[in-house]
Amino acid sequence: MQQFLLKNFDAVRTAIAILIGMLICVLLIILVSSSPGDSISIFLFGPFSSQRTIASIFEIATPIIFTGVALSIAFQAEQFYIGAEGAFYITAAVGTAFAVSTSMPWFFHIPLILLVSGTFGGLWGLIPGYLKARFNTSEVVTALMLNFVALYAGLYLINNFFRDRAAGFMVSFRLPESAELSRFIDRTRIHWGVVLALVVAVWAYYFLYHTRTGYEIRTVGHNPKFARFGGINVFKVIIIVHILTGAIAGMGGMVEIMGIHRRFNWQDLPGQGWDGVIVAIIGRMHPLYVVAAAIFLGYLRVGGQQLRLMSDVPFELVLVIQSAIILLITARAFLSQWEARMVIRQASEEAES
Amino acid sequence: METILSIQNLWKIYPNGTVANQDVSVDIKEGTIHAIVGENGAGKTTLMKVVFGITQAKSGNISLRGTPFAPSQPSEAIDAGIGMVHQHLMLAPELTVAENIVLGVEPKRGGVFFDFDTAVQTAQETSEKYQLAVPVDKLISELPIGTRQRVEILKALYRNAELLILDEPTAVLTPQETEILFQTLDQLKEQGKTIVFISHKLKEVKRIADTVTIMRAAKVIDTKPASELSIEGIAELMVGHKIDLSRVAAPEHIGPAKLSVRNLNMTRDDGVEAVRKVSFEVAGGEILGVAGVEGNGQTELVRALVGLLPVDSGEILVGSTDIARLSPKEIRQLGVSHIPEDRMEDGVAPLMSIQENIIVDRYEKPDFSTWFRIFWKNVLAHTVGLIRDYRIHAGSPKHEISSLSGGNIQKCVVARELSADPDVVVASQPTRGVDIGSWEHLHSLIVEARNRGRAVFLVSADLDEVLKLSTRIIVMFEGEIVARFEDASTVTAQDLGPYMLGIKRQEESSATVSA
Ligand SMILES: Nc1ncnc2c1ncn2[C@@H]1O[C@H](COP(=O)(O)OP(=O)(O)OP(=O)(O)O)[C@@H](O)[C@H]1O
Ligand SMILES: [Mg+2]
Repeated sequence: MQQFLLKNFDAVRTAIAILIGMLICVLLIILVSSSPGDSISIFLFGPFSSQRTIASIFEIATPIIFTGVALSIAFQAEQFYIGAEGAFYITAAVGTAFAVSTSMPWFFHIPLILLVSGTFGGLWGLIPGYLKARFNTSEVVTALMLNFVALYAGLYLINNFFRDRAAGFMVSFRLPESAELSRFIDRTRIHWGVVLALVVAVWAYYFLYHTRTGYEIRTVGHNPKFARFGGINVFKVIIIVHILTGAIAGMGGMVEIMGIHRRFNWQDLPGQGWDGVIVAIIGRMHPLYVVAAAIFLGYLRVGGQQLRLMSDVPFELVLVIQSAIILLITARAFLSQWEARMVIRQASEEAES
Repeated sequence: METILSIQNLWKIYPNGTVANQDVSVDIKEGTIHAIVGENGAGKTTLMKVVFGITQAKSGNISLRGTPFAPSQPSEAIDAGIGMVHQHLMLAPELTVAENIVLGVEPKRGGVFFDFDTAVQTAQETSEKYQLAVPVDKLISELPIGTRQRVEILKALYRNAELLILDEPTAVLTPQETEILFQTLDQLKEQGKTIVFISHKLKEVKRIADTVTIMRAAKVIDTKPASELSIEGIAELMVGHKIDLSRVAAPEHIGPAKLSVRNLNMTRDDGVEAVRKVSFEVAGGEILGVAGVEGNGQTELVRALVGLLPVDSGEILVGSTDIARLSPKEIRQLGVSHIPEDRMEDGVAPLMSIQENIIVDRYEKPDFSTWFRIFWKNVLAHTVGLIRDYRIHAGSPKHEISSLSGGNIQKCVVARELSADPDVVVASQPTRGVDIGSWEHLHSLIVEARNRGRAVFLVSADLDEVLKLSTRIIVMFEGEIVARFEDASTVTAQDLGPYMLGIKRQEESSATVSA
């Protein structure tokens, strides 16, 4: 048991942080709700109450897996490129423009759209990447500014050239059917994008931990001076990381349009880029853990929606629990005393035997 | 004499299960200089970290002037009058020397705002008072490591430490600087301060210490008055056999030049000329030693040789290729390897595993990877081999490299660089911080590389090392070569001294003389 706990200490710590966060949330519900018992069960079990709600978890998680995995790659290289939000948005706009202006059979159309949006997202990521690698401009600042550029450029593009005036809203034309990612479970909106997201996550894991470039990325993240000393081309790594992050996040945006909305209907930044930051941190920048974190975030979100629909508890509460959990997980010292005590007990037992 | 610090039956076990201190007891008397010696990984640093509150013991008692003392963080130790200079320096690189010295106890204007002028002034005064020269208004990141070391010492002295812990302070100092430091320490002792001094240089221990504690494998072997011990005696207690300080035999065969530097000039960021008209050659089969007080251009020169700093003018030839404009990687591919002077800054990524640190220069080799995959099994086997061959004390190759002791991290770096089987070895302080047993062992490995026809360029603050290994010696002062000794076998430290201090110089710095 002790052995097991020690081996998986990080996972255990995360689990406990989640539990404590949930506990705080339950306490809050008890404080604010007039029928706390019902509210708590809606919050905790509501997400599993129907096929529809379970599906929602995965629908919400799908784009966040893309952005979370994208950001994990950047964060592993210590690049705080937080432009996933902008890449997600503008790539979806550009991808939509491309999709509605072309027509061909779906088995050409879908891969081509993904290729175009991935390429565009990569180019979008290249901007802060090049500025960082060449002039050491802070990628945080450039990415934040580019998020606004993305928003207004995207709106301009869609509203002026691809707006469906018949729709009555500010939305683009509908994607041709050949560009839709089909939904494969009845009465849900789960679409093939979820499979793509998982493929991307597994690939990113393999890429980071089992390939040369992945090793270079992690080494630059740990100590760029050492990387340079050892012969790694730091410039190249920074560029690659930004391109990949932009490409994956951007593809995620287009996949969301192709699978869920079927037309571009975002009049504002949709927020999945920021959710990506959250799950990248909860998942400790490990692509596979990021998948779990994204699903967990989806579960929290659905629980929150259920609460809002069916109880007197405000939706903001969900945000509170999220923050509590993230704070606990990111605090490195959390529970480390406990870990130390366990190790010491074990080591002294061994020393004595 | 009063006991100022008493450690009784102390146990320390690290989170990964390493027992670093096992039932350790030491008494330190007030107003003495107490040396702690022992092989790499013996637990010296750990013991001091416990005293300083950086890490906590599992069990045991510490008392300070008779009262129980168990600091849970360094600030408690500092408040209790303890100062520590760490083995791996802990300064803020983007702050100035003055700011670093006063950090945490800054002078404030109006009680709120940092008073930079007063900080500079007090730093300057402290520097003069203890005769440790530092440029108070420079950024730490611009300074060579030896100067940073002095800043650390000043920082502790500025806080009025009564008990000063120095963890291998002389590892990065030249003999002259060491002597100045020792005079300072003697002075401090006269003022009633107590000093704990960790070093692998037994000559220094003999010179300065009143009492010596010898540690081995997490335990205290013995504590004795220094007067009862000889250098040989301490060495034997530490490593179990006698240490050979005699020079290595001259090489039998010297080949053609493998590294040639011609008329090299370099300027530092602040506009000061760092390297001036430097020319030399290193042939296959010989070791060219560079003597000089640290900070006289050696750091810049070395970094230029491996592509980490640009040059203003001049040529650096490896074989017949000019590498002055090549990247570090291209230079490595030409068969140059580099042991950097600061292992924690350039030599390793502290939080990556030992094996990930070992492969930084070779992960693209077919043995270790193809374009789509790294063969971690082969990497592991390779690392296990190096750990064995270079006698590194390490648990698993998958442990973080920063969980090793300082000397063992150094051995990992040397293992990587020598096992690359380079044509040219650029070694800067190759044995910094390793114990005397490993010192000998690493020397034999360097000599072996030489005997296989490799060219070795050796920069070291350790004159014993330069004299022991070098085939030829050059001396650098203020960026220039001021003396050349074509036959190192007859040169003594006394011969080098005046050149190192700039008192003497051979007329034509390009001229050659034999000693
Ligand atoms: N943070 C850490 N985590 C785990 N193990 C550690 C850590 N720091 C040190 N150790 C281990 O504790 C032992 C003692 O290390 P310590 O640094 O005290 O040695 P040392 O005597 O100072 O050696 P050196 O002369 O090389 O500096 C070593 O085996 C080392 O690997
Ligand atoms: Mg040490």
